[in-house]
Amino acid sequence: MTVDLLSRIQFAFTMSFHILFPAFSIGLATFLAIMEGCWLKTKNPLYLHICQFWIKIFALTFGMGIVSGIVMEFQLGTNWANFTKMVGPVLGSLFVYEVLTAFFIEAGFLGVMIFGWNKVGPKLHYFATLLVCLGVTLSAFWILAANSWMQTPDGAVLVNGTFQVTNWWHVIFNPSVLPRYFHMLLASYLTTLFVIASVSAYYLYKKIHTEFSKKCFSFALACIFILIPVQILVGDNVGVKVHEYQPIKTAAMEGVWHTQRGAPLLLFAWPDQTAQKNLFPIGIPHLASVINTHQWNGELEGLTSVTPSDQPYVPIVFFSFRIMVAVGLLMLLVGVVGMWLRIRKKLYEKTWFLKLCIGCAPLGFIAILTGWFTAEAGRQPWVVTNFIRTIDAVSPITVNQVLISFILLFIIYGVIFGVFYFRYLGRIIHHGPHAYQSANEAAQPFAYMPIAKEIK
Amino acid sequence: MLPLIWLGIIGFCIIMYVILDGFTLGTGMLLPFLNSKQRDIATSVILPTWDGNQTWLVLGLASLYGAFPLAFSILLPVFYLPLLLLVVALLFRGVAFEFRLKSPLNKHRWDTLFIFASIVTTLIQGYILGNFVEGFSVVNGIYGINTHFSGFTLITAMSLVIGYSLLGACRLLLKTSGDIQLKMYHIAKILAIILMIAIIAISLWTPFVYPLVQSRWFKREYLPYLAILPSITVICFIILLRALHKKNDFFPYWMSVMLFLCPYGGFMISIFPYVVPYKIDLWQAASGHSSLIFLLFGAAIMLPVLIVYTGYAYYIFRGKVNEAISY
Repeated sequence: MTVDLLSRIQFAFTMSFHILFPAFSIGLATFLAIMEGCWLKTKNPLYLHICQFWIKIFALTFGMGIVSGIVMEFQLGTNWANFTKMVGPVLGSLFVYEVLTAFFIEAGFLGVMIFGWNKVGPKLHYFATLLVCLGVTLSAFWILAANSWMQTPDGAVLVNGTFQVTNWWHVIFNPSVLPRYFHMLLASYLTTLFVIASVSAYYLYKKIHTEFSKKCFSFALACIFILIPVQILVGDNVGVKVHEYQPIKTAAMEGVWHTQRGAPLLLFAWPDQTAQKNLFPIGIPHLASVINTHQWNGELEGLTSVTPSDQPYVPIVFFSFRIMVAVGLLMLLVGVVGMWLRIRKKLYEKTWFLKLCIGCAPLGFIAILTGWFTAEAGRQPWVVTNFIRTIDAVSPITVNQVLISFILLFIIYGVIFGVFYFRYLGRIIHHGPHAYQSANEAAQPFAYMPIAKEIK
Repeated sequence: MLPLIWLGIIGFCIIMYVILDGFTLGTGMLLPFLNSKQRDIATSVILPTWDGNQTWLVLGLASLYGAFPLAFSILLPVFYLPLLLLVVALLFRGVAFEFRLKSPLNKHRWDTLFIFASIVTTLIQGYILGNFVEGFSVVNGIYGINTHFSGFTLITAMSLVIGYSLLGACRLLLKTSGDIQLKMYHIAKILAIILMIAIIAISLWTPFVYPLVQSRWFKREYLPYLAILPSITVICFIILLRALHKKNDFFPYWMSVMLFLCPYGGFMISIFPYVVPYKIDLWQAASGHSSLIFLLFGAAIMLPVLIVYTGYAYYIFRGKVNEAISY
């Protein structure tokens, strides 16, 4: 084990845990902003119940995102010191902007959003909810801008071992940022919608909280039906950009070893890195070229056009990408079936569909993780494409240090996020939405007091 | 000029973090002295605003990364294991905080974790502070700390525990009433006296840790100016003790904040202009001109805004907390 490999594993591990929480938070914040808006407009208390239930899950999830995010920030410096020294003037600035424009909005108004129901008026509370939603959405933009700059660097020159920015507009709006940002936003929405659909389907299946669940279930499936095709289109655009700027990544995604025109879309293959070819390929002719270049005989650059030391590890990229696409298609299927059942007015009745939706809860998370594995493993061996190699990015630290930190983080993350987060999430779901409009409500100092008591 | 402004902004972030998260950590360390109901109230004091408190640390770190990338890339690997423990402690503190609301039966376990995490976080911050004063060494181009555990770092670590606890106690007596408030008056008085002794000890010790610091503090022409800080510290300490004695609930918190500001000022004077004491100064470590300007543009607009709404969030949750809150 080398410091760079172990650091990469640690980074991938902590990042994989971290990304799930912000993604879920972005979706939930948006969902809450919509539902609270509906409540203000219609005054239907059902919407308020929906907000007050999902805000509990939001608060728990957001808290996990913050603590796991702090680990990421420290880790950049502790494990990737050379990288931070070289790209600090570029990426450091983007992170400062993220904190200034996004984190503080979230952190400042989160308290009002969660605890402020009876402290501020409904309009001000809604304002807080909207700002939190804006904050998480902006935060994702800065992170995607930073990551996209590493994928497709622009607007900066390398002088004496550090990047100096020549054009900030080009740094932020680098070639791949917009499609990747929308791809990530939509992924967050879809992930959240599948969780909402799953929880509502569970209640519908159990025949509890029916009114609440029907509203959430109907909303979630309608949105899934609309957003999935949009996501597939945006994803296609991301693929075209990847092919334009990082052709070797596309080659790894599609398993193309030799530059060719009209490359087939491989449904299955076993990429053999040492032999530099695919074993057992099964493919659809021309389709990979069509997808990546939008031309029947478009040329795909092959992996062998660069030396093996400049190639990413193909199997990770190849299989991650396939899993992501498969999950996306499964999502499409759920959306279409949901719409078909809705037209036949049987959306809430078909037990098999409810069961299917319950099981679909992790779909979005799987797609996000495999999508990011594709993006990050696919640009190797570069950490900043064509400028800095990952191996040159590490800190002057010892393998033992990284080993200790990795083992410690592994155990702690497993316990905290793997066990307790799910346990408390389960507890909130088990407890269910709270239908409270009792007379003594107004006398309570905080609206959530009754809930806290009831959990006991 | 630009690096200087950025050092000021980072210094401001750190002091905001110390003051705001300091009382959060301090409250955590005071939990052992409280019964179950008092613990609920104490955590309710910090609950609505604690996310924002911690964000100042994130901003300080990000600014160090953006404005002084060289310093960031040297300092973080140097403190690899301490920082690992720090983030783990912050992680535990955050989740213990969230989870205690969700788990009434195991609440005391999460509280124990919260207490430990607060103590560890504080000790490590104090340890890093001590190392900053002691300075760093370079061997074959790789930076390290001089001695892993010295008496000086031990003292700074312990003092920070006392200091944060005092901040926490004064914050609690500002935000509560009844038995918990009485208890805090009592605890704050003891902590204030211990902290004063610690501040004197550190102040006398600091000049002897590094020759440069000594020459700076004992130069005759500087003396009248540098006497200002110790004088203010002593005055604040006296006001604090009197306020605690008279059961005033407003002054103790602000005086305990002053007891942080003055030694912090002294610390800045001691190590200036170094960002990696006494090897790399702020001009060597600074980012490129275009980055510093671009950053300053954002900070100039956003810092005032976020100070206003941080203040507003505190304003919404003003007044005494008499009931535990949850969600």
